[in-house]
Amino acid sequence: MNKLLRTHFLLILIVVVAIVFTGCNSKKDTTLGAIKDRGKVIVGVKYDTKLFGLKDPATGKVEGFDIDIAKALAKKVLGDETKIQLKEVTSKTRIPLLQNGEIDLIIATMTITEERKEQVDFSDVYFKAGQSLLVKKGSPIQGLDSLTKDTKVLAVKGSTSATNIREKAPAAEVLEYENYQDAFTALKAGKGDALTTDNAILLGMQKQDPGYVLVGGTFTDEPYGIAIRKGDSEFVSTVNDLLKELKDDGTYDKLYEQWMGVKPE
Amino acid sequence: MDFIGAYSIPNLIFILKGFLITLEVAFISILLSFVLGTLLGTLRYTRIPVVARLTAIGVDIIRNLPLLLIIFFMKIVLPQIGISMSPFWSTVVGLTLFEGAMISEIVRSGLNSIDKGQIEASRSSGLSYIQTFRHIILPQGLRRMSPPMVSQFISLLKDTSLAIIISLPEIMHNVQILGGQSFNYVIPALILASALYFIVNYTLSIIARRLESKIH
Amino acid sequence: MGNFDVMLVFDHWDRYMAGFINTIQISIIALIGSFILGAIIAIFRIAPLKPLNWFGTAYVEVIRNIPLLIVVFFFYLGLPSLGIELDGFVSGTLGLTVYTASFIAEAIRAGIQAIPTGQTEAARATGLSYLQTMTHIILPQAIKIVLPAIGNQFINLVKNSSILAVVAGMDLMYYADLINSDTFLPLTVYTFVALFYLVLTVPLSYAVLYMEKCFNIADN
Repeated sequence: MNKLLRTHFLLILIVVVAIVFTGCNSKKDTTLGAIKDRGKVIVGVKYDTKLFGLKDPATGKVEGFDIDIAKALAKKVLGDETKIQLKEVTSKTRIPLLQNGEIDLIIATMTITEERKEQVDFSDVYFKAGQSLLVKKGSPIQGLDSLTKDTKVLAVKGSTSATNIREKAPAAEVLEYENYQDAFTALKAGKGDALTTDNAILLGMQKQDPGYVLVGGTFTDEPYGIAIRKGDSEFVSTVNDLLKELKDDGTYDKLYEQWMGVKPE
Repeated sequence: MDFIGAYSIPNLIFILKGFLITLEVAFISILLSFVLGTLLGTLRYTRIPVVARLTAIGVDIIRNLPLLLIIFFMKIVLPQIGISMSPFWSTVVGLTLFEGAMISEIVRSGLNSIDKGQIEASRSSGLSYIQTFRHIILPQGLRRMSPPMVSQFISLLKDTSLAIIISLPEIMHNVQILGGQSFNYVIPALILASALYFIVNYTLSIIARRLESKIH
Repeated sequence: MGNFDVMLVFDHWDRYMAGFINTIQISIIALIGSFILGAIIAIFRIAPLKPLNWFGTAYVEVIRNIPLLIVVFFFYLGLPSLGIELDGFVSGTLGLTVYTASFIAEAIRAGIQAIPTGQTEAARATGLSYLQTMTHIILPQAIKIVLPAIGNQFINLVKNSSILAVVAGMDLMYYADLINSDTFLPLTVYTFVALFYLVLTVPLSYAVLYMEKCFNIADN
């Protein structure tokens, strides 16, 4: 019995070491080449953001606008929209995961910024959002001006909104959470007076719980882009071609209306 | 609070699926950290000059760091120097390193607690150092170590919850998603998760107590 | 390895320090709290009164067998349902206290039970009440035995306090996440965080080792 156990331990150890080390040298030069070799697009998406990427506990499926864009990409590159593998990212983890080569691209409500352009390459804008505030119905907070030193604003780690709100409302206390689900749960638990992020994401939260409303309009421009590993211009142009095709053949408008309930501007 | 809504069949399945991943991660990590811990603990016990010293430094660094940081390191930082793993294996490797370091301390003090007279006696009766270790020291040491070892495994099972920060779909991650659906599900989901952890860990701790009473 | 920047720690020194000091505060407050709570629970467990025994046992068995994360979430997300509002720092520290108390209670109980029952009987015979016997005779001796165990729990507290990062508890790990969002240099950011934790935990673990040796010698 003892001997049997010991050989098993050894076996598992070897397997683990093998897995760890095969994982190390899987980086391919071009994303497109890697995708075609693999026969699958690996996309980093949100699992906690209604309308863009949300996991349904009942079915285990992840659904949203970002997911549909990912499917269209798989169809374009591999001819089959089911050939995608989704990986959950948060605003905090998405850039390292892309840089590590673990995902091919990020389609996860990601704003194009100058700082991020130093880390990753971006596609053309595929969605125009703007930062706003979500508050409990009947809250005295009506916009940026209501944010004083006595108010707590909830945000998400690694998001542009967290940085922006510190500039726009320097007096307010900002609390940052791991992901949107956490932040929204914290708002419901009364940990803050308002939650700030992009209006489209907040709209999704309002749909989940109509006891909360958006206030104060938008106070920044948050153009979303698809992020691609730095220096891979071939894949950037593939993605840009796709976005253009989707817009030209009306698919983009259809998807936009399906998820957002309104036509794009 | 809405217990009926929270405990609908699909939600229960969703939580249980998460717990299955928790158990899977814990089981593999328990096996691996046992192997690693025994190895490291024995290395330190041997007092081989450089090896024992280096092991000691490595063990002291790892066991004095927060596990949360180690798991995050595995998933987000290690890939920066070329080693990338799935959330599942990042958690397993992180847990194995940390709990392995903790177990190595248990192993070391278990081995140290064995009467030196016995070692001398068996050496003088003609056993080699390795034979003495295998047949005299190790079996006794392992018996003495088993209660603290089981407590460490209980800790390990609880610690899998820290993988929430790298989005491993274990039970706490699923509790979080359920809580995101409705705030009224938060407490029921937490109570359910507590009950599941409790059942498994309490069973383990009863086993530990049985072991303890056998030894004394 | 072009992504390691030693100067980062100086550029973000204020935030590192804010987190570092909070982590020390959280750990110390939780240590004191869990020592007091742990001592009470330990006395409950051995007191000659069945309901107290049951309560003590239930407390220890339940809390020890569920993850700290759940305990903290109960305080952070659960208490608001009862109308009690606590921020991440307070509810995180409370969660740590309640969690750690279960381990300290066990350590103290083991310490108390290591003291011969003859002493209790003798003290009671001289007219001391149960409570007086505990506080004057048994606990002071027990503390000497359990001090190393409590030292270990302090180290665990420092490490476990990192969980506050998940509830915006302003600890070292939370600030590290904020620095990381601004710099995109996780390797540097978290390596320094590791060093800050080690600065606290390594000396503590040597202190515990020293205590263990000290008391062992005293015993023999």
